[in-house]
Amino acid sequence: MQLSVVPLLIGFVVATALALLAHRYSFLGPVFLGFVSALFTVPSIAFYLILLNVTGRGYATAVVVLTAYTLVLIYRNVATGLQEVPQDMVDAAEGMGLTRRQILFRVELPMALPTIFAGLRIAASSTVGIAGFAFFAGAGGLGAEIFADPTFRGNVVAASVLMILLATVLEVVVLAAERAFTPWERAVRG
Amino acid sequence: MILATLGPFGDAIDFIFHQRVSQAGTVHVGGLAEMWDLTYTHLKLALAATLIATALAMPLGIWLGHIGRYQFLATSTSNVGRAIPALGLVVFFIAFLGVGFLNVCVALVLLAIPPIITNSYVGIRGVDPETVDAARGNGLTERQIALQVELPMALPTIMGGIRISLVSVIATATIAPLANVDTLGRPIISPNVYGTAGQLAACIVVAIVTFAADAAFAALQRSVTPEGLKLAERGRPAGRRLAFLSSKRSIQTS
Repeated sequence: MQLSVVPLLIGFVVATALALLAHRYSFLGPVFLGFVSALFTVPSIAFYLILLNVTGRGYATAVVVLTAYTLVLIYRNVATGLQEVPQDMVDAAEGMGLTRRQILFRVELPMALPTIFAGLRIAASSTVGIAGFAFFAGAGGLGAEIFADPTFRGNVVAASVLMILLATVLEVVVLAAERAFTPWERAVRG
Repeated sequence: MILATLGPFGDAIDFIFHQRVSQAGTVHVGGLAEMWDLTYTHLKLALAATLIATALAMPLGIWLGHIGRYQFLATSTSNVGRAIPALGLVVFFIAFLGVGFLNVCVALVLLAIPPIITNSYVGIRGVDPETVDAARGNGLTERQIALQVELPMALPTIMGGIRISLVSVIATATIAPLANVDTLGRPIISPNVYGTAGQLAACIVVAIVTFAADAAFAALQRSVTPEGLKLAERGRPAGRRLAFLSSKRSIQTS
């Protein structure tokens, strides 16, 4: 549980910061995207074990790996969300005399929120799945239960179902947060 | 000599190239020959699973996208697929159906299907409706529209889905040794035979294989992108935006 939530939060902060930087200095965009995509391509088990030799056994290693995986999912959505804000709106905000910072926080970010939350939702459920391999880094988790005895059916089913439940619960939590933070979306639809 | 300074990583690289005595001292492990054997099985398993998944999921996604219905089915498979842990899925198959190449393969196929269905569906739906209408107006049959108009235009997106599947299947094939299929995961799962050097060596090879497969697929993806789409992509940033702005301006002034 802790293994999924902590990387999500760190990943969200880091990815958003990267995306904002790329938004300001557009030449950074392809560099960041290439970097976070490459991180995502590394197979999770290999990632855990390679890092094991650098950061040591345990919780920290698992968190670093899981954070690396959330980066690309969140980064891509933040960047796309910011890009897709209609140019007209930015122009209008500029015309009303808003500064760059005000435009970012009052116009662009709120407009991008639905896309950002979608990325967060995807990251939430996939993190739970990848956290299943965290026992390779000596960080325990539900995966350890499955791996301990693959032929013990009860354990395998129980741990898998718990992981699916956890993924679903996290998605629902993010969905609830999205509704809470974007009240205007509902107003438009209703 | 240089390898010694790299610590555990140097030892692991040495493991890839030179055979050594196993931890228990009974057999020889490591070396290029064994690493190649493991890599070969690994790739065979991953490619078989991805190909079967593509054969099953791509036509379904294209068909669903073409008739434009059951969107719920196409999107929810990917949501459900993401929530199901890869480890749980593979071990579930082993626990209930037993070990063997076929069982792991089936589990990996299930793992690979969702991204392919979703991307096929989204790719086909993303084709400009006016293009489809034009094709229909020219008298193409529905089948011709799907295969000769929509499919080529959606191909980059569809290939993107297959690429995601291939990468995740290669990553997950690492736990296939649980089903007695000796992939590159064997040294990872049995460090008591291969030692930590073998474990790390296998990890490095898996990572390299994944990157190579990803890069190869990216090249394939580019090569199947229709020339027209590439041209449109290249011409877009400056051209379209200017046209858009100028039309807006003319409306405002009139």
